[in-house]
Amino acid sequence: MTRTTSGPNMRPNRGYRRWTPFWFLAPAVLTLFIIGIYPTLFAVVTSFRRYNIARPRDGFPFVGLDNYVSVLTDSTFWASLFLTAKFYVTVLPIQIALGLMIALLLHKTGMGFLKSLARVTLVVPLATTYAVVGLIGRLIFNRDFGVANWFLAVFGLGPLDWLGSQAGAFAAIVIMDIWQWTPFCALIFLAGLSMVPGEIEEAARLETSSKWALLKHVQLPYLMPGLTALLILRSADVLKLFDMVFVMTRGGPGSATDLVSVYIQRVGFRVFDLGTASAQAILLLVITILLSRLYIRVLYKEVN
Amino acid sequence: MRLSSGNILHALGLTAVILFTLFPFYWMVSASFKTQADILASPPVWLFTPTLDHYREIFADSKVIGAVGNSLIIATATTALAVLLGAPAAFALARYDFRGKSDLWFWFISNRMTSPIVLALPVYILALQLKMLDTHLVLILIYLTFNLPIVVWICTDQFKSIPPDLEQAARLDGADQFTIFRKIYLPLGAPGIAVSAIFSFIFSWNELLYALVLTRRDVQTAPVVATSFMSGYELPWGKIMATGTVIVLPVTIFALIVSRHMVRGLTMGATK
Repeated sequence: MTRTTSGPNMRPNRGYRRWTPFWFLAPAVLTLFIIGIYPTLFAVVTSFRRYNIARPRDGFPFVGLDNYVSVLTDSTFWASLFLTAKFYVTVLPIQIALGLMIALLLHKTGMGFLKSLARVTLVVPLATTYAVVGLIGRLIFNRDFGVANWFLAVFGLGPLDWLGSQAGAFAAIVIMDIWQWTPFCALIFLAGLSMVPGEIEEAARLETSSKWALLKHVQLPYLMPGLTALLILRSADVLKLFDMVFVMTRGGPGSATDLVSVYIQRVGFRVFDLGTASAQAILLLVITILLSRLYIRVLYKEVN
Repeated sequence: MRLSSGNILHALGLTAVILFTLFPFYWMVSASFKTQADILASPPVWLFTPTLDHYREIFADSKVIGAVGNSLIIATATTALAVLLGAPAAFALARYDFRGKSDLWFWFISNRMTSPIVLALPVYILALQLKMLDTHLVLILIYLTFNLPIVVWICTDQFKSIPPDLEQAARLDGADQFTIFRKIYLPLGAPGIAVSAIFSFIFSWNELLYALVLTRRDVQTAPVVATSFMSGYELPWGKIMATGTVIVLPVTIFALIVSRHMVRGLTMGATK
């Protein structure tokens, strides 16, 4: 990515001064400091305070590590993290399998028009406002008139009280997430498949008629970077996931869909315990920073 | 065309993909044209007489119109700011090596990955203290945390592809860096800038968490208002789905325009 650019930076010419990049960068960096770094530091400070704005009379005293201790011993917080992990290991294999199948269909020669059409429609779920995905989910998975139960009935199953039952609600957010993000996997894999040099792929096709062997020995190496990107990005996305779940289930019923961002939002803005919520958010941030490090280490090798 | 079993399977597979990706979208749009009775029918009705009532209702509803206006103001302003701040930064990243460059990248990538709830909490307290809750400005600024990295990333990539020879020639004519940026990089990098602006608009338009937390009544954005219809005993499904359609349609069109760059935009360019 940051392959050293030949040209100006190699040969300090007229017009190049040590401080030139600074002036170009300063406005963006300064802005990100004010809107990104400063609030983050503020959150760190808040996480060491008792900060419940529903009880302003108590003041906001510093309580040391109390918030962290209570978060780390809070079984609900751990449960929401485990649920987030469970959600990740449920949706991702399905998205990868379906995504790969779609990518192979789109990579195959022939069917020009149908293929372009499918390629274009993949963008639709990705662009759909996440909150609206939640609204659509409420309509589709409605117990009384939802089309999901109609599909079940076609196969002689159901009806299910999707959003009213723990397993049903979890399944419903899984299905909506699969709908929205499978195209992302498909597009990434398609990009990988198109990186395979044409001669190599054709030579391999002459050697073997097994599509499986072709996939495993020729195409797979080109799919790996995309797959790695997916594993890391999707984990960050699942930790972020809020809009769709909030609209569909608000984390319920019970705590069946209480993913970590939904849970922290509730502690912060329903219970108004901003001290505890900040401690939770900082822990989430630590996880995210580790993921970002990993992402950069693996995918932008040149940077380090 | 030859009709082998392989071809038929291929066609069936592609058709299945199209049905899969379009069905929920179709279901929303069709519900927005159904009467409440048709929406509540079980089993669901597939053929119905369309009605424009829900659209008439929402276009007469000052709350919906106001919310769409707010979304438009906020998404446009934050996009303009992101380009204004991000394009020069991208120029520096594309053309110079300097200490701290990799830290800067790390920072941009982490911004892509961080949950909005991390910033929503402190920004809520700060906005409360500064009396900035329920203003356009607070959302315009906070949306920069995800827009600026996107703009910087895509523009850096685009600027790197501009041949350095052009710049050398301009230098010989005595042009300084600011002139080179303005006269060479901005015009030649315009396609990248446009793509990044569209992404920035889409992400801002679609955002819910910050908007939910940082607005009250005056500055509610379209997703917040659409979500707020989801309470009460008898839900106005047609109205909700019409509002959803109105929200999703413009960004879908934008997304189709930049569909070739979708993967780059969503992965911060880790895969080409």
